[in-house]
Amino acid sequence: MRLIIKDLTQKFGTTRVLDKLSIETGTVNSLVLVGPSGGGKSTLLRILAGLDIPTSGTVTFDKTVLQRDEANLRLYRRTVGTVFQSYNLFPHLSARENLILPLVHVHGFSRDDAMARVEEPLRRFQLSEHADKRPAELSGGQNQRIAILRAMVVKPNRLFLDEPTSALDPEMTAEVLDMIEGLKDSGTDFVLVTHAMNFARRVADEVAFIGDGTVLSHGPAKTVFEDSKNSRVASFFEQVLR
Amino acid sequence: MSRSFAHIIVATAVTCLLVLACFQVPGDWNWSGVWEYRQKFIFGWLVTLGLSLASLVLSVVIGLVVAIFLGARNPLIEATGRIYVEIIRGTPLLVQLLLGFYVIANAVGIENRFVVGTLVLAAFSGAYMAEIFRGGLNAIPKTQRDSARAIGLTQWQSFRLVILPQAVRLVLPAVAGQLVSLIKDSSLLSVIAISEFTLNAREVNSFTYSTLESYLPLAIGYLMLTLPLSATARWLEASFSYER
Repeated sequence: MRLIIKDLTQKFGTTRVLDKLSIETGTVNSLVLVGPSGGGKSTLLRILAGLDIPTSGTVTFDKTVLQRDEANLRLYRRTVGTVFQSYNLFPHLSARENLILPLVHVHGFSRDDAMARVEEPLRRFQLSEHADKRPAELSGGQNQRIAILRAMVVKPNRLFLDEPTSALDPEMTAEVLDMIEGLKDSGTDFVLVTHAMNFARRVADEVAFIGDGTVLSHGPAKTVFEDSKNSRVASFFEQVLR
Repeated sequence: MSRSFAHIIVATAVTCLLVLACFQVPGDWNWSGVWEYRQKFIFGWLVTLGLSLASLVLSVVIGLVVAIFLGARNPLIEATGRIYVEIIRGTPLLVQLLLGFYVIANAVGIENRFVVGTLVLAAFSGAYMAEIFRGGLNAIPKTQRDSARAIGLTQWQSFRLVILPQAVRLVLPAVAGQLVSLIKDSSLLSVIAISEFTLNAREVNSFTYSTLESYLPLAIGYLMLTLPLSATARWLEASFSYER
């Protein structure tokens, strides 16, 4: 994917969460957004995922410009997948029903076809035996892996992952990160917001450091992590990588 | 001990105590006098059953629509819902029935008192129902809507497949309580001369001068309506239940 953002501004009331943010990536599989909390990473990701409409500015993915009306954005959301920090599975449905719901109600599969389609991924990620449990009966890691599967089974053009491991224990973090690394190996494009810096370094084709509502540093992982020219970026990494 | 067995034991004990207390009442019982009028009880009970069922269904529909009004972004729609709820909840059902029948129904030309009674009762209960539904819908976290939008559901699909099934479970106990109230409130329909259950019992009392013999069957008759309703609600609650 190739992402071009021009002068993206998002205001909530009088607060400017994003302030004329611009970025142009190369053709990459993965873009990782890092930076301090409240810097605008999640706000940016929600706009990229078509969940929020920015106050002004444009976003272009591979020559397709993101529209500003709900009807077109809904069509766009059907072509991408989004994974949230707190999984956001539907608590009244089993894991399997959570996976089937978008296939049946959004993508026009019959129930049987949808069932057949989720079988293999459930097996591959060792979730088959948990498929008929509801989210409350599953661990955080299992829930997040189901959430990633829910985004994946519709074969999206790309995934958006908003701090997918921030709500998890260290052990569970590992199983979710493994799964995301698998995405990378299978060539799935994704934009990831994370605080797991070592992981970011490993999977990112490019890293963008977002702070104060704008891009403070951007480039290949190595360049950004060792960006000592920008004092704001340098002090952040000094803090988190200590 | 199973739960339903415990229910039976306690219900039997309470009944026995009541029967014992009845034996302490001075004077003779006059069941035969009341028995003569058994047709009136049956007729009244059936009228109450019919009225209650009709307004029960209608009040759920009204409640849902008004709940959606209350949550609307358009301020005029929201205000319409809010004013409806406040007027209905803030005034006595008695006055609503009289106004509904002698003023509003008269103005729009509805003459059937059963229709008017059902409508007014449903409108009354619907206002309470709307607040219950609104509370239930608001209790579903915003992240669920986000998630529904993220997978590409339309607003209506998100409501039907994600929000409503979760809200139903939350509101069931309160809705069941409201419906039980509705059944008992239907006794007020006698003020617009509908010959429902309570009115018939009152008439039997005035014919026979046997107060307790007239009103005890009334209590049992209402329980025969409300207990199955509560049982159904509990069964629904169990079948909708899941850990959150």
